[in-house]
Amino acid sequence: MIDDITRISDAAPALVLAATTIDQLRGVESDLLGKRGSLTELKKGLGALDADGRREVGAALNVARASIEQVIETRRLELESVERAATIAAERLDLTEITTSRPRGTTHLVTQTWDRLVDVFVGMGFTVAEGPEVETDWYNFEALNIPAAHPARGMWDTLYVDLGDPETVLLRTHTSPVQIRVMTETPPPIYAVMPGRVYRRDTADATHMPVFHQIEGLVIDRAISFADMAGTLESFTSAYFGGSIHSRLRPSYFPFTEPSAEYDINCVFCEGKGCRTCSQTGWLELGGCGMVHPNVLRNVGLDGEEWTGFAFGFGLDRLALMRHGVDDIREMYTGDLRFLEQFPS
Amino acid sequence: MKVLLSWLQEFAPFPSDDPVALGDVMSDLGMAVESIEHIGQGLDGIIVAKVLELRRHPDADKIQLVDVDTGNGEPLQICCGATNLSVGDTVPLATLGTTMPDGMEIARRKMRGEWSNGMLCSGRELGLGDDHSGILLLDGSLALGTAIVDALGIVPDVLFDLEINPNRPDAMSVAGVARDLAARLGLPFAIAEPNVEVIAGDAPSRISVAIGDPDLCGRFHARVIEGISIQPSPRFIADRLTALGMRPINNVVDASNYVMLELGVPNHTYDLASLPGGALQVRWARDGELITTLDGTERTLTAGRDGVIANAEDVPVGIAGVMGGASTEISASTTTVLLECAWWQPMAIARSSKFMGLRSEASARFERGTDLAILDLAARRLAELLAPSGARLVEGAVTVDGQLPDRSPVTVRTSRVNRLLGTELAAEDIASLLRPIGFLVEPAGQVGEWSVTVPSFRLDTTTETDIIEEIARHHGYSRIANRVPTSTQTGSLTPLQRDRRVLRQVLVGLGIHEAMPLPFLAPGDLARAGLPAEAVTLTNPLAAEESVLRTSLRPGLLRAIAYNESHRTEGALLFELGRVFGLPGVGATLPDEREHLAVILAGNSAPAAVEVLAAIEQTLGLPAITVDQQTAPPGLHPGRCAQLLIDGVLVGEVGEIDPFVLEAFGVRERSAWLQLDIAALLSFPHGEHRYRSISRYPSSDLDLAFETPDNVSAASLTDVLRSSAGSVLVAIDLFDVFRGGTVPDGSRSLAYRLRLQSPERTLTDDDVAGVLAAAVAAAATLGANLRG
Repeated sequence: MIDDITRISDAAPALVLAATTIDQLRGVESDLLGKRGSLTELKKGLGALDADGRREVGAALNVARASIEQVIETRRLELESVERAATIAAERLDLTEITTSRPRGTTHLVTQTWDRLVDVFVGMGFTVAEGPEVETDWYNFEALNIPAAHPARGMWDTLYVDLGDPETVLLRTHTSPVQIRVMTETPPPIYAVMPGRVYRRDTADATHMPVFHQIEGLVIDRAISFADMAGTLESFTSAYFGGSIHSRLRPSYFPFTEPSAEYDINCVFCEGKGCRTCSQTGWLELGGCGMVHPNVLRNVGLDGEEWTGFAFGFGLDRLALMRHGVDDIREMYTGDLRFLEQFPS
Repeated sequence: MKVLLSWLQEFAPFPSDDPVALGDVMSDLGMAVESIEHIGQGLDGIIVAKVLELRRHPDADKIQLVDVDTGNGEPLQICCGATNLSVGDTVPLATLGTTMPDGMEIARRKMRGEWSNGMLCSGRELGLGDDHSGILLLDGSLALGTAIVDALGIVPDVLFDLEINPNRPDAMSVAGVARDLAARLGLPFAIAEPNVEVIAGDAPSRISVAIGDPDLCGRFHARVIEGISIQPSPRFIADRLTALGMRPINNVVDASNYVMLELGVPNHTYDLASLPGGALQVRWARDGELITTLDGTERTLTAGRDGVIANAEDVPVGIAGVMGGASTEISASTTTVLLECAWWQPMAIARSSKFMGLRSEASARFERGTDLAILDLAARRLAELLAPSGARLVEGAVTVDGQLPDRSPVTVRTSRVNRLLGTELAAEDIASLLRPIGFLVEPAGQVGEWSVTVPSFRLDTTTETDIIEEIARHHGYSRIANRVPTSTQTGSLTPLQRDRRVLRQVLVGLGIHEAMPLPFLAPGDLARAGLPAEAVTLTNPLAAEESVLRTSLRPGLLRAIAYNESHRTEGALLFELGRVFGLPGVGATLPDEREHLAVILAGNSAPAAVEVLAAIEQTLGLPAITVDQQTAPPGLHPGRCAQLLIDGVLVGEVGEIDPFVLEAFGVRERSAWLQLDIAALLSFPHGEHRYRSISRYPSSDLDLAFETPDNVSAASLTDVLRSSAGSVLVAIDLFDVFRGGTVPDGSRSLAYRLRLQSPERTLTDDDVAGVLAAAVAAAATLGANLRG
């Protein structure tokens, strides 16, 4: 019997090595050590032996089993390693073949700029107000101290709509009517910005559209001065454009503010050194601002001796174009996917 | 408004050395410098030459070869593109090595094989006027080879182009700009008294003026000038007018324009012989009155809008403040003129010129408000300018006043100034800022208050705030320190503004791009989109194709899809979040303006849009949206569309664009469509996303397929299954729809997976069997039978 054990034990390594797959190895294992395996069969003969014989043969069987198990385990690790290598090799991918991306859309450049501006102002303590795009003459002009025959009406090319009496209902030419609505509907103090779509009777070209976007700001409180306006615009300028960009104010005229100012910033392209975009001046005209005109305060029922405030406004589309170097505003409005896709958000 | 440095220097001793710094001061005072032009500089290499011969360029049609003589008799060949040359012309030649005023360097170069030894110049190339239509032709008597600067007596000068705001009537004249600038620089300013000889005679006996409507004309000052002989203006007048952008005409017209530019007093000369009795009257026009103006145009006047100057026969001879009439125009035979220097009501002139569509240099000044106090001085200045041609001012003047503007003093409080500006100015500071620009500043009753009288050239300034603006301007905006207000308010977005961001995130995450088509439509666009045609229209559209305000985002997005297809971009996925405009509701003035969200998925059929809807519904946490196919929204594929309802309220539509509509917009691809009314949708409570506890017990799945008649919607079967399963149902998924095979016609198989789970215990086989029995029974009520 010992001989049988020795024979099986001696033959086992060759059998094990002959297995070239995990499956074959499993077969070999079963043949040797399984329920009906040759070593297991021998074990069944133990009952016929005396105590000494059982001890001796049992010990031999255990040694043989351990040795075979060892050989199988070694072989298993080898085969697993080979099979894994084969699988890995078979599954290899050239990842540079992948040139598409998971489909993801984009928000519009105007939306991106809008949100960015709004976020800065919200951070500065402003709320965000909106109003209708079709307005009455009162909100768009009269209440803003621009009566019917006022020469300043020529500053806006107005699109009127066929509602009510002629030239009484219009597409708002600026977001300023929202200021009137906010002041009429909310008691001060007011700290609000008003982004929105506005309309002018302008033929579309590389720098003009009949439809574009503005953001205006309005602050009304008890002790608001020109200095507060200058400081607010300076804070906004460096928050939005970066710390190296500063603002300046120059005297100007708007019917709804007094004193009025042009709001310029250091040219963001040359940082004030002078370049083609800023006509060598180092400055870009961004928008207008001023202290809310006493007549405007009166029109919304506020006492100009108690309340003072400032307003400012500038175009939003131009900021979007400037940021991305787009040189024709019309491209933003065609819905051309080749354009939209360029500005992921 | 353009001003010359030399002209400014006639009023105050401005330095010549740094025009750019001077320009910066003008900008800082609110007279924004748009450009600075250096006249007569960079002309060093330009000389006088004569055309000897003109020859065709052998190899170029648009260039000819010009041989010129530069004084040494040697012909010098120049290539030239201008066509206005003849042999014998005297012309300016930029010689080799010259740097032109615009920085271009002149070098010897070959043009299509022929040498060019310099460049012949236009007026504009030399910075002498705007003419670029041909080569500048010079006086033939000039000595050849002379430097152009010497030959033409060009004096270097600096031209500033200023942008003048509507509230700066004073800055519409050279003197006014000089006054403002001198005040800031602390230089003495003065307008010189004209040195003019007056001849004896009694002007008031020869002319008369009556102001019939005092609300039109504040003052009419008239004088007589004799000895007129029409001739070209002296060189300095013609040059200055040219520099400031006006064409020299003759001595009388030029002197008139010169005075307007210099002093800001527009004026008019009438041929006295053409005025019966020398009489003028000022009144509002009558409807339908006709006048032929100086530009040769016959114009019809309107009562209450236009003012006229009429003659003794009550016939209009001029439109007040806008333009003179042709009938009294001075001509070669004129010997005596009536000179009008008037002050017109600014609003009257603004209205008249605006509605007549006739803007002139004169009306631009009158509508801002001219200087009432210097009408007499302006008249004498004009006579002074004309004197060298023999004209003489006749003694005596006629001055008639109408309604004069109010110039009562305004109280200015130092405290208010500082409060509004955030400055710490002393009362004396305020006085010393205002006095140099002509304001009369006197102590008022209270300490720290001034009584300020506005100068005659600043009639725009009538209130304390107006004067505070002047104080700020001359103090310098840049000297006002920055301060940041302490807002007591917290910055935030409204719930709607936050929801919009969420909506955009969802759509962008689904691979959809935001577009912004214009909201204007052409008539017929709505009908082509299958929508009702009623819409708000524009009164004055730029083009008929942009005359209708959209009532739906659909036409714009369809057009964007067509645009993309025509540029070989198939399968564009677009959305828009924008306003649409319905007709006003009963009693409303403004349109029914709503915010819509629309999604168009080219190359996709209706289910894609339903999936987008589901994503929106889930992300916003909205109540269940009913997809109701009973009513087909207009313009959508009738078999593949639905209204969207929440609690019976219409919130939108979903489906596919009607093939007819696609065709009408030239869209080739099938397109899925979703539209939501933002206000209606978000009026329902949403965004709560309450936590539901996650069960620790195992779940069981129940897969059931029902043979369901086609007229029973999947949604209704889902609903009855959901309610039959009760609280142990945690998810129900319609995972397969199958037609054909063993399923009879008129039905389809709808396969569901119901996931069952209890928060309290492991479900037993009996529990699952109970749900199964209930589900089968519930489905049977709709005629849906469990498949074997």
